[in-house]
Amino acid sequence: MKLLRDIESRLGSWVIMLRWPIIVAAIVLTGIAASGTLLLEFSTDHRVYFSKNNPQLLAYHEMEDMYGKSDNVFFAIAPENRDATSALALEATAWLTEQAWQIPFTSRVDSITNFQHTTADGDEILVRELVDESAYSDAEERSRIREIALAEPVLAGRLLARDGGVSGINVRVQLPGEDKLREGAGVAEYTRKLADEVQERFPGIDVRLAGMVFFNQTLMEVSLKDLRTFIPASFAAMMLMLLLLTRGFFGTFAIILVVTMSVMAAVGIGGWVGLPLTSPSAVAPVVVLTVAIASCVHIYSTFISYMYDAASRRPGDRGSRIRQDAIVESIRVNLQPVFLSSLTTTLGFLALNFSDSPPFRHLGSFVAFGVGAAFVLSITFLPALLSLLPVRVPASLPRENSAIAMLGKFVVRRSRKLLWGSGLIVIVLVAGIFQNQLNDVFLRYFDESVEFRRDSEFIVDNLTGLYAIEYSLPSGFPGGVSDPAYLSDVEAFVEWYREQPETIHVNAITDTFRRLNKSMNGDDPAYYRLPANRELAAQYLLLYELSLPYGLDLDNQIDVDRSATRMVALTQTLSSKEVIALDERVLRWLAHHAPNIAGPVSSGTTLMFAHLGQRNIISMLVGTTLALVGISFILIFALRSWRLGITSMVPNLVPGALGFGIWGLTVGEVGVSLSMVTAMTLGIVVDDTVHFLSRYQRTRRELGATSADAVLVAFRTVGKALLTTSLVLVAGFVVVSFSNFELNSAMGKLTALVITLALMADFLLLPPLLMKFDANSDGSLPPVNS
Amino acid sequence: MIRFSIPRTMLALLGSFLAICFWPTESYSDLLSGTAEEVGLKVATESRENQKGFGNFTASLTMTLRNKQGKETQRSLRLKVIEIPEDGDRTLFVFDHPKDVKGTAFLVHAHKEGPDQQWLYLPALKRVKGISASKQSGSFMGSEFSYEDMGAVEVGKFTHRFLREEPCGDLKCLVLERIPKSQDSGYSRQVVWLDREELRTIQVHYFDRRNEHLKTMVVEGYAKYLDRFWRSSTITMTNLLTGKSTVLLWSDYKFGIDLDTKDFTRTALKRVR
Repeated sequence: MKLLRDIESRLGSWVIMLRWPIIVAAIVLTGIAASGTLLLEFSTDHRVYFSKNNPQLLAYHEMEDMYGKSDNVFFAIAPENRDATSALALEATAWLTEQAWQIPFTSRVDSITNFQHTTADGDEILVRELVDESAYSDAEERSRIREIALAEPVLAGRLLARDGGVSGINVRVQLPGEDKLREGAGVAEYTRKLADEVQERFPGIDVRLAGMVFFNQTLMEVSLKDLRTFIPASFAAMMLMLLLLTRGFFGTFAIILVVTMSVMAAVGIGGWVGLPLTSPSAVAPVVVLTVAIASCVHIYSTFISYMYDAASRRPGDRGSRIRQDAIVESIRVNLQPVFLSSLTTTLGFLALNFSDSPPFRHLGSFVAFGVGAAFVLSITFLPALLSLLPVRVPASLPRENSAIAMLGKFVVRRSRKLLWGSGLIVIVLVAGIFQNQLNDVFLRYFDESVEFRRDSEFIVDNLTGLYAIEYSLPSGFPGGVSDPAYLSDVEAFVEWYREQPETIHVNAITDTFRRLNKSMNGDDPAYYRLPANRELAAQYLLLYELSLPYGLDLDNQIDVDRSATRMVALTQTLSSKEVIALDERVLRWLAHHAPNIAGPVSSGTTLMFAHLGQRNIISMLVGTTLALVGISFILIFALRSWRLGITSMVPNLVPGALGFGIWGLTVGEVGVSLSMVTAMTLGIVVDDTVHFLSRYQRTRRELGATSADAVLVAFRTVGKALLTTSLVLVAGFVVVSFSNFELNSAMGKLTALVITLALMADFLLLPPLLMKFDANSDGSLPPVNS
Repeated sequence: MIRFSIPRTMLALLGSFLAICFWPTESYSDLLSGTAEEVGLKVATESRENQKGFGNFTASLTMTLRNKQGKETQRSLRLKVIEIPEDGDRTLFVFDHPKDVKGTAFLVHAHKEGPDQQWLYLPALKRVKGISASKQSGSFMGSEFSYEDMGAVEVGKFTHRFLREEPCGDLKCLVLERIPKSQDSGYSRQVVWLDREELRTIQVHYFDRRNEHLKTMVVEGYAKYLDRFWRSSTITMTNLLTGKSTVLLWSDYKFGIDLDTKDFTRTALKRVR
């Protein structure tokens, strides 16, 4: 401990002595770290949200291996007159269907116009596109097309709205995944160009876009926009706050410089380590920006206040001498709390590594790097710089009569009432936690200002569902897809699924078999049922496959050895809880009613994202608990007092619990990103407690003050710095809450709320607690020889 | 005047000598003279002509379908082919495996111009069905071969262009581009490597409608039958977009069988075993 104390008192002088080497070294090292920024890559694939061992991802990969990737682009063709089978609409659909082949990596294009319609003509089977050019001018043919399409289970409710108003084109793309960023962007760009071209060529036809490729692309675009607007906005907000609260130009400059360097180092180290940028991790710079500032503000404000003290005591002294003494003193009293708070913040963010979702882990790591860099810079580079800058002693400083000191007096006077009053409020509000529902709706990841959100909602309202749950239904043996027992189980399953209230559309191979059977029997409607035996089914399939055009084969529905088929259910927009419930119901039904389907697997992005929230909450509960235990032990050890350490847990825990309580009472929906907030804020929240407690304890120990007096001193000395850092943090996260990306904006809002509550807890709840539980001891340690 | 005549004769002799040394054959130099389009058409026509006159043959075929992960499945069939002068070949496929399509027979009358005619005999239905498909460019039995990759290449269905000469393995190849005339083809173009000596297909690159290289076909194991007709033993088609591939193994080539056009009719289909 003596060693620590030595470091505390000597570090300041060393820094001043070596200020030039320190400044040069800091700039060079930051430069080296920051050059890693060049290695950063933005990842736009939704698959990055899932860890390698995520069971839903594994099922998804398994299904991709069997049936190809299901990344897609979806066009909705919406004619002004709401008639998707008008001459103009059909022509536009046919044109776009043909042109869609030009979209990079396209492997399949499906629409009502190229639907392979089978009919019988005597002993001849005709396989034709449903719409050919002659239909445009033939009203009778058009109404026949409409009739067929609306009666065709493959089309109605998926590629043609059940009211015939809007039609769709689904384009399957096989992104090779070598350069995901450019591949997806290329597809999106080409698709948008096509959509514009349709609207130009066919006035009166509106085209809307959706699909996985657009989801990913929008994620990236929104994140990049966030980055472009947030970083300058956060800087501006922070600078303003600092100028207002510290009233010092040079101080603000020095702090901003340190923070900027921390951000550059954090992002750069992330690049060196190979972390990808994703929508969640892209907020890291803003988070580092806000979190890194705390240490600087504490060191700077102590420095200023000692300068003021010294200047008033020794009016004749030279400015630089006072400055150096103040730096030494500021380092001495701040080293421990700054180190502790950086450590706890780092721990809190590192707890994000317990997340099941890699982008959130990356966010945690990025910020942890930033906090580390900020700590080192704020105890070396910052004082070195301050010793060189002509920082002036402010005209006035918070004294006994300042607002913050008055608040301290008020708290001390009313401590008993505050304790009971705030305790009651806490209990009531915390009960609100149970109002929170796990509810991730990934179509609502973007707010209404984002085109993807509006287009998706239009499609859901007017055409089909965008939530797809995919099922692989194995028969258990090669060629088993033609087995009548298997097929009748699949058919029963499809019928049952279509009756579920959530279902909009079910696509399965059994409809194709029924249609073929009918066509093979002279289009007799009585034969619109499954083929009677295995050979017949297999031979129909052979015939059908021989007649299909390029890209419309059955590869996406039947696996290579014909042992399993894929069924896709489109549902209404559901919450993650409802998706999971539906999936469980489905698998239960299959287990009971489909003995010939051997080991069905459900998958798809919808299901993956639905599970992501739940898995994350569980993993983050573990992470947060561990972080809390770790942080509490650090505090107990550092303050060397069980009593203070345990007392500190109250203001550390209360803000998170209160935040979620208030969230439950007001918003009530919790998604993936919010499961991160407790862990993230824990580290930040602890900072306030650390600084308050550290000053409180130092006052008690070094001056032998009573508990109440120590509270007053703590208010006076660190109160303003706490207020400043909290305001800056809140400002930073409020900026994040303006994101169009719902995950980030909700995270920003809740974090800002929790930080505000933390400040209130440290001002209103912690002092009464200390005065109650720490009043009788005369300092928690034997006097230290100082 | 006489003074010049001797060197002139010498020159002519030297010229002929050089020509004999450096131009492999007279016909070969003829083949490569003209515009790229003319050469392309000549080479394609000659390559096709080389294959003509076999009369008929039968063979067995095993298809191995492999997905990206290496999961495999097999199909096997026999086929009979008869040559029709001045028109496309007639081909009869009889499926042996998988078991549930055993006995299914597929008859194709390819035509030089216009769409092919096709019939399928379904033993489970005991009936012959004519197939009329407008755009038949999809997968052949779930393989990476499409129907249009399977038959003989009729010269008239493409426009040809000679690109270059280059080595291909141990051989020297002529590289041709052919662009399908039909709008319904799955391809925008194909690039074909023909070996210079025998004009056999060595490799084909298929380009999709975006003009991206979609599939590669490699032909190996050529053997000569009836002292004239080259037939391969292994053809591999790899799809670069999906990573899937299909290997065709040919065996039991027999030429000069007792077959006639009556064996390639709709009514004959039912009798096939």
